[in-house]
Amino acid sequence: MAIAETQVYMPQAPRPRLRLLEDERWLALVLLVPTLVLLGLFIAYPFVRGILLSVTSSRVGVPGEFVGLANFYKIFNDGIFRTSVYNTFVYTGVTTVFKLALGLWLAMLLNRNFRGKALTRAFILLPFIIPTVLSTFAWKWMFDPTFSVLNWLLYHFGLITGRINWLGDPDLAMISIIIVNIWRGVPFFAISLLAGLQTISPELNEAAAIDGAKPWQRFWHITWPLLLPVTMVVVLFSVIQTFADFQIVYVMTGGGPANATHLFATYAYQIGIGTGLLSEGAAISLAMFPVLFLVVIIQLLYIRRVEVR
Amino acid sequence: MIEGARWRTWVFFYVPMALFLVFLLFPFYWMVITAVRPDGELYRPWNAINYNPFWTWKPTWDHVRYLLDETLFVTWLWNTTFIALASTAISLVCGVFAGYALSRLTFPFAGSLGTGIFITYLVPQTLLFIPLAEIIRNYRLGDTPWALILTYPTFLIPFCTWLMMGYFKAVPKELEECARIDGASRWQAMLYIVIPVAIPGILSAGIFAFTLSWNEFVYALVFLSSPEQKTVPVGVTSELIRGDVFFWGPLMAGALLGSIPVAIAYSFFVEHYVAGLTGSVKG
Repeated sequence: MAIAETQVYMPQAPRPRLRLLEDERWLALVLLVPTLVLLGLFIAYPFVRGILLSVTSSRVGVPGEFVGLANFYKIFNDGIFRTSVYNTFVYTGVTTVFKLALGLWLAMLLNRNFRGKALTRAFILLPFIIPTVLSTFAWKWMFDPTFSVLNWLLYHFGLITGRINWLGDPDLAMISIIIVNIWRGVPFFAISLLAGLQTISPELNEAAAIDGAKPWQRFWHITWPLLLPVTMVVVLFSVIQTFADFQIVYVMTGGGPANATHLFATYAYQIGIGTGLLSEGAAISLAMFPVLFLVVIIQLLYIRRVEVR
Repeated sequence: MIEGARWRTWVFFYVPMALFLVFLLFPFYWMVITAVRPDGELYRPWNAINYNPFWTWKPTWDHVRYLLDETLFVTWLWNTTFIALASTAISLVCGVFAGYALSRLTFPFAGSLGTGIFITYLVPQTLLFIPLAEIIRNYRLGDTPWALILTYPTFLIPFCTWLMMGYFKAVPKELEECARIDGASRWQAMLYIVIPVAIPGILSAGIFAFTLSWNEFVYALVFLSSPEQKTVPVGVTSELIRGDVFFWGPLMAGALLGSIPVAIAYSFFVEHYVAGLTGSVKG
């Protein structure tokens, strides 16, 4: 029956090669092959290679031999590595809180009608569009110990009397890096949360206002719960990116002063590429994996829960 | 939305908005002003007398000229453009195909493949760059544009696929069925009916992928070594700093000129970019 029908509607039968593509499974396979090849070659394979590399003693030009968990044992007893772990958690935690708070605030500001709204929104995204390395150089120049414009401002507002050596002091350097990361991340949070806010019907807020709810109550009992799904995804996404961040620290401090501001990624780079201890570098990178894995699992479970509802 | 006196609008809207704009845009102003300021003004200590850091009466093209004549900046611009366009094109083809398969076809393991691609979307470049550097070297791709053109799709494809799946799901099944009844093969129905409907999605994915590959840094830093192969972010970082000496004028001119192509691409497609950004998060 089915065959007869096809013959009626399709006078010329397609060539055999194309006929194979009429089967959904074959078509799906053909369409997915390029993606699977690229992701397999440059994600799955390097991941396996990374694990193998981390249990050997390879250096640049030296293949190395199996050493078991010696590299991991070594890095966990390494003071700089421990500092990097601590820094990474502080960096991720502090910046995420600020990015969420400021991003949400900015999103709420953008969620009303005012003249020049489209233009404002376009400009606000600039820190996110412009290559991070390049804009971080502008920040490095602003934090320059001798020519800092920030010092000039603080001095002329009467807030400081001497100079602040922003990048020369471990704590101030960490604060500087955190500021730059917040600066870069706020637009992403604001625009994503704005998209979430726009899906919330204004009638809900109006109804609550008529019932006498104060602005703060309306935010807490209406906007925030409805925005939570978007917020969760944005936060988890940002946590992964921030946890594995590299560029800002690389440009601002290079991990200094005295290795006090390294993150996982910059320390892995310094050991693996800078010093050439490939295995140790790979081990430091892979040490990020458990945390990233956990965040991904939370994200997958959360998305599934939202989809089921 | 804001009820009450006019001052409330100022306190709760204009002032915070202005502060946000200053905070978010000041670094770019600083880039511009540094790029055109003569060295004599640039290197004056912050506490010097009669020093106005925010304006210059003697703008100069020296830094831009130095950048264009004395460095390989133009080559880096060209490299970055080529790499970003090529990797975006590869990612779009792969992402559109994969997105179509995952959202509109039924086949074994479709669900787990979708989840797998979503997970690779979340793999940061810094997790894999050391073993990947070895692999690139073994394939003899090191220090060529292909090292980046082939690796950038690893973080672009998952995102393109994810975004396209959303667009394809919105195309009604009947549209495709009509075409098939009229004699189109599955392949033709996909190519001529479904994909054209999803063009806005393709534009969003494309513009987003282009900016991401223009901005990528870690892979470019690790896989490229000779100055004439570098991309703008890496070239500016490694060639405009000699030891501890920063050439701030050319550096800021480079940062500015290196940002302009993405800024232009972005300004033409702001709406698509925003759709891509929010779509990539919501999925």
